[in-house]
Amino acid sequence: MKSQSINLDVNGTSVTLNVDPLTRLSSLLRDELGLTGTKVGCDAGDCGACTVLVDGEAVCACLAPAAAVDGCRIRTVEGLAGERLSALQDAFLAHGAAQCGICTPGFLMAASALLERNPRPNEFEVRDALGGVLCRCTGYRKIIAAVLAVAGEVDCGRSAEAPSGIARGSAVGASPARLDGVPKVDGREKFGADSFPADALAVVVIRSPYHHARFRLGDLEKYRLANPAIAGVFTAADMPGINCFGVIPAFADQPALAEGAARFRGEAIALVALERSALHDFDASDFPVEWEPLEHALEPGPANPVLHESRADNILVRGYVERGNPDSAMEGGDYTVTGTIKTAYVEHAYIEPEAGFAVMDGDTLVITACTQAPFMDRDDTAKLLGLPVEKVRIVPTATGGGFGSKLDISVQPLIGLVALKTGRAAVLAFTRAESMMASTKRHPATMSAEIGADENGRIVAMRFNGTFNTGAYASWGPTVANRVPVHASGPYFTPNYRANSVAVHTNGPVSGAFRGFGVPQATIMQETLYDQLADQIGMDRLELRIANALRNGDATVTGHVLEAGVGIAACLEALRPHWTRALHDRKSANESGIFIRRGVGVASCWYGCGNTSLPNPSTILIGISADGRVKLHQGAVDIGQGSNTVISQIAADALGVPLCCIDLIGADTSLTPDAGKTSASRQTFVSGKAAEKSARALRDKILRFANVSNAATLALDDGCLIICEGDTRRAIDLGALPADGLRYVFSAQETYDPPTSALDEKGQGRPYAVYGYGAQMVELEVDIRLGTVKLLKITAAHDVGKAINPLLAEGQIEGGIAQGIGMALMEEYIPGRTENLHDYLIPTIGDVPPIETILVEVPDAEGPFGAKGLGEHVLIPTAPAILNAIRHATGVLVTQLPATPARILAAIKDARK
Amino acid sequence: MPRYAKPTTVNEALALLAQTSWRPLAGATDFYPAQGNKPITDNVLDLNALDQLRGITTTDTHIVIGARTTWTEIVRAKLPAAFDALKQAAREVGSVQIQNVATVAGNLCNASPAADGVPPLLVLDADVELRSQRGTRHVPLGDFIVGNRQTLRRNEELLTAIRVPKASVAGVSSFQKLGARRYLVISIAMAAVRLEVSDHTIRKAAIAVGACSAVAQRLFTLESELGGQDISRANGIVAGAAMPELSPIDDVRASSEYRLDAAREIVSRAIEQAISSERSVR
Repeated sequence: MKSQSINLDVNGTSVTLNVDPLTRLSSLLRDELGLTGTKVGCDAGDCGACTVLVDGEAVCACLAPAAAVDGCRIRTVEGLAGERLSALQDAFLAHGAAQCGICTPGFLMAASALLERNPRPNEFEVRDALGGVLCRCTGYRKIIAAVLAVAGEVDCGRSAEAPSGIARGSAVGASPARLDGVPKVDGREKFGADSFPADALAVVVIRSPYHHARFRLGDLEKYRLANPAIAGVFTAADMPGINCFGVIPAFADQPALAEGAARFRGEAIALVALERSALHDFDASDFPVEWEPLEHALEPGPANPVLHESRADNILVRGYVERGNPDSAMEGGDYTVTGTIKTAYVEHAYIEPEAGFAVMDGDTLVITACTQAPFMDRDDTAKLLGLPVEKVRIVPTATGGGFGSKLDISVQPLIGLVALKTGRAAVLAFTRAESMMASTKRHPATMSAEIGADENGRIVAMRFNGTFNTGAYASWGPTVANRVPVHASGPYFTPNYRANSVAVHTNGPVSGAFRGFGVPQATIMQETLYDQLADQIGMDRLELRIANALRNGDATVTGHVLEAGVGIAACLEALRPHWTRALHDRKSANESGIFIRRGVGVASCWYGCGNTSLPNPSTILIGISADGRVKLHQGAVDIGQGSNTVISQIAADALGVPLCCIDLIGADTSLTPDAGKTSASRQTFVSGKAAEKSARALRDKILRFANVSNAATLALDDGCLIICEGDTRRAIDLGALPADGLRYVFSAQETYDPPTSALDEKGQGRPYAVYGYGAQMVELEVDIRLGTVKLLKITAAHDVGKAINPLLAEGQIEGGIAQGIGMALMEEYIPGRTENLHDYLIPTIGDVPPIETILVEVPDAEGPFGAKGLGEHVLIPTAPAILNAIRHATGVLVTQLPATPARILAAIKDARK
Repeated sequence: MPRYAKPTTVNEALALLAQTSWRPLAGATDFYPAQGNKPITDNVLDLNALDQLRGITTTDTHIVIGARTTWTEIVRAKLPAAFDALKQAAREVGSVQIQNVATVAGNLCNASPAADGVPPLLVLDADVELRSQRGTRHVPLGDFIVGNRQTLRRNEELLTAIRVPKASVAGVSSFQKLGARRYLVISIAMAAVRLEVSDHTIRKAAIAVGACSAVAQRLFTLESELGGQDISRANGIVAGAAMPELSPIDDVRASSEYRLDAAREIVSRAIEQAISSERSVR
C-alpha cells in the first residue's frame, strides 16, 4: 500500500510517521519507534501480549492498523512509570506476578485499562478484564493478587521484601523481589526479538508443508535474481559443517536444513535472506521447490515407514528398570489393578516465539537469542557451521518461557549461516505457526500398567509398559525413555518392579524436553491406578499413599537406598487436614447437587534433579572488584524460574555479604563459565551448589588474606572490604591491591557435579544425587450433563528441601499447576490443525483456581542449604489428581488425555450403558 | 500495488465499491489473522472513517445497529431485555481487546460457523441492510449467511446496518456459550433463546444454536413445540426434541455426537435462564 502520514500521541509524545496504512500498530511501535516493550506473541489476537491502550481502551496492537489509530492517544508499557514505577508495576514485582516477563506488558496494560475505569475491582472483574492475555509461567494467581493489591485488597498472599532490606546472612529463605525484575515491568527487558540491528537481513525459512515428502529444489539462482531484495538463498548444500545436530551427541540425527526429504511438517529446507524493508511484501509461496508427498504416520505402528535407516522398527531407544520378582509377586498379591492411559502431543506454548540475531564480530559469530542452554547452542551451531567452538559466542537474551523446548537449537544455525555467508547481521523471529510447527513437543504416550498390593494395602509389585512417540528426530527422546522407568513407580516403596519404555519415531513433530521428561505421563498411569487400588482394598486414597510412601532408608526401584531427606510422607501428611475438610465439603455439596458433582483427587510426584546417571556439572565464578562490588558470573539462564535471584541469594549467604552487594553477570558464553542447561530442575540444586562452593572458596581466600577465622563478618563499603572479628576491624582498600585479568582483587571459581552412578543392565544404580517430592490435592466439580470441569481449589505440598526464595517457589508451583491443568483438560497438539493459540488451547486466567501452597522443608544433604529442585516436580501431580477427582465426582476414569468435555461426557455415557 | 481507501461518507464508499473489488476493513480482528504474514494483495476499503455507521438508533419500525458498532458498545448500550442474549454474547467475543474494536457487522460478514453474534441476532429476527449504488436491500440474517465464510453480500455492496424489528424486541433472552476454557475460546456450541412469557405460558419462543451446523440455525420445530406450553414443561420438550436443523461435525474441539447432546443441554439452560430473568424483571 502507498504510505501515508499517521499522527499519534505515544505516551504523551506527538509522533508523525509515514507508513503503510495497514502496518500493524505492534510493528509501528516496535520497528518504527523502537518501543519493544509491546510484545508480539501470536500476531492474531490470541495471546494479548501486545495489548496497548488506544484512547484508554485495551486493544491488541497486532490487530490495529496504523490508519485506524491515526490521531489517537496510544499508551504502552513504557509510558506507565514516571519518576518511579507505578503502583501496579510495583505490585507486579512485589507479588511475583512477572516470571519470564514476556506477557507482563500485556497484563499491565489490560489491568491499567481496568483500574482506570474501575479502581476497586473484585477478583471476578479482574479476571474478566485480563481474560484476553495468556501467561504460560505464573498460573495467573499472582497476577490477580497484584492487581487486587493495587485495588486495595488487604489479603493478597505473600509479597516480596526489598532486596536492600535483607541483612547479611539472611538472604536464603527470604523473598526478595526478583533481582532481574524491574526491566520486566517497565518494558526495557530485551527478549529474542527486541534488539535487532537496523541494517540486518531478515531470514525467511522455507518449510515442509507435508508430514513426509521428498523435494526437488528449482533454479535458486534465477529465483534470487528475480527479486533484488533477496541477498541470498541457502540450502543444506551451503551448510559448511556437519549438517546433523541433536542435544545428545550420540543420537544426533537432525539436519538444520533438510537434504532431499523432510520427515515432519514444518521441517526447514531452505533460507531466503532479504532486506528487512522488503519482508513486509515478501511472499514465500513462490519459492522454487517441487514436493512429492510420501507415506507418513503420526502415531507409532508396526507398518509405519522407517524414518532413519539405522533405527529398525523406528525404535530410537528402550528404557528398562527391573527389581525383585515382579511376576511372581504380582501373582501373590491380594489385590491387583490394571489400566491403560493415552496422552497427546503437548505444545510448550511459551508466549515468546523463538527469535534472535547473528552478527560477525571479526571472525567470531555472535548469536544473540533466547535460549535455555547457551553452551549446547554454541557447540551444535559450531558443528553445523564448521566453526571451532571458540569462534561462536552465544549471548542469551531474556527468554520468554522455555519449559524444555528452548534447550534445542532453533534460529541459531539459520541466522548463523546467513551471517557467516553474507557477512551481514541476520535476524529471525519465528511466527507463532512456525514456532508451533518446528519446535519440540511433549511425547504422546501410550501406557499400560498393573499394580498389586497385599491385604494390608502394601504395594507388592508393579509392571509398566510405555510407548513414547518421539517424532521425526531424536532430540530428548532417549532422556524420556530412560527417565520414565526410573520414576514410573511414583515415590512409593515398590519392592518388585519392571518398567519398559520405548521411544519410537513417527512423522509427527519432534518430541523433546517438556517439564518432566515423560514423568508426568507415567505418573498419570500410576496415580490413577492407585485410586482404583484404594477403592478395591477399601482404603482411603490418601492413606494408601501415606502407607506406601518412600521413607528414609528405603530403596527405590533402582535399588538406590535413600538415606535421608525423603519428604514425600511429609507432603502427603501435610495434605491430611485439607483432605478431610475437602471430603466433608464434597459430601454436603453432592447431597444438594443434581448434575453438578464434586470430586476430590490426590496425586504425588518425585523427580530426580539433574541428568540421569550422566555428568552434569555447573561452574560459577565469583569475584570482588576493585570498586567493592561482588560480581557473580551466573551462567544458569533465567527463563523466568528465578535462577538469577536464587543463585544470588545462595552466593550472598555463602560469602557472608548482604544480597544487595551482588552484581549479576551473564549468562554469556564469553563471560560466564558453563553452568549447564536450564533443565531437569537442576539450577537451584547444581548451579546453586556451585555458587555456594565458589562463594565459600572466595570467603576462605579473604579470611586467609585477612588472617581471621570463619567467625569474621564481611562488608563492602565504598571500595573497601571491611572485615570484623570480635573487636578487630580491618578495612582493606581494594583499589590498592593487585587485580587479575577480570579486574578482580579476589575471586574463586568452583564446579559442582552431583554424585550419581551408572545404571546396570537391570536399571539398578544411583541415577540422581537428589530427588524432590510433592503431592497435590484437587477439588473440582463436573457438570455431568456437559462433561465440563470447574476447578475449585488446588492444594499443593512440595518438599523443596529448603525454600531459598519462598515467593519464587510458590510461583513455580502455581505455574506448573497451570500447565498440568492444561495437559489434563484441554491441550492437544495436532500437526496441521492446531498451529495457533486459538485452536491449541492453554489455560486462561479463568481456568486456574485458587492455589494453596504448603512448602515442606526436609533438607537434603547434597543440595545448597538443603535445597532440592522444584521446577518440573510441580507439574507432575496436577493432571493425575484432576483425573482422580473427575473419577471421584463421576465414577468414571477418562483414559485418553486431554479430558475434554466431549471425552468426559462420552465416558459418563459409556458407563451408563 | 493494491489500493487503500478510507472514505468518509457512505456514498463515497459505495462509489468505490462500484469501481472494483475491495476487501472491507473495520475492526481488523479477522483481517490480520486471515492474512497471516502474506503480503496484502487485495484492495482494502477502510470503513473506519464512516462515522455514519456508528452507534445504535431507533426508527419507527426497527432498532438499528450501525455496522461499525463494536461489541463493547453493545455491552455498554442501554437496550431492552430482548437484547440480553446479544449483550451476553458480546462479552464472550474473543477478549476485551477484541470487543473494543471488533464490530457486530464484521462478525456477520466473516461468517464463521462459531460466530458468537449470530444466534442472538437470529432470535431477534434481525436483518442486514446492504447498500450499493444501485440501491438498498434488506436480507434476513438467516438468509444472509449461506455457508462457512459465505454470505449473500455482493462485491459492490456494503453492509451498513443490522436491523431488529420492533415486533421482535419483546420478552426476555439469554445466551449460553460452551467452550473448553473460560476466556478467548471458540465455541463448541452456543445457544440463544428469546421467550415471550405470560401467565406461566410460553407465548413465543425463538431459539438459535451456533457451531452445530455450517451456519447457526433457528430451531423452528422446537420453537413451535414450545409455543403455548406451560414453562414447567419446557425442559421436557427440549429433552425430546428432534432438532433436525442441526448437523454438527467432528473437529478438534468436539465430536458431532457431543455437540448434539451439548446443544440440547445449553438450549435447556438458556430457556431456564431466560425464564428466571423474566421473573426477576417482574
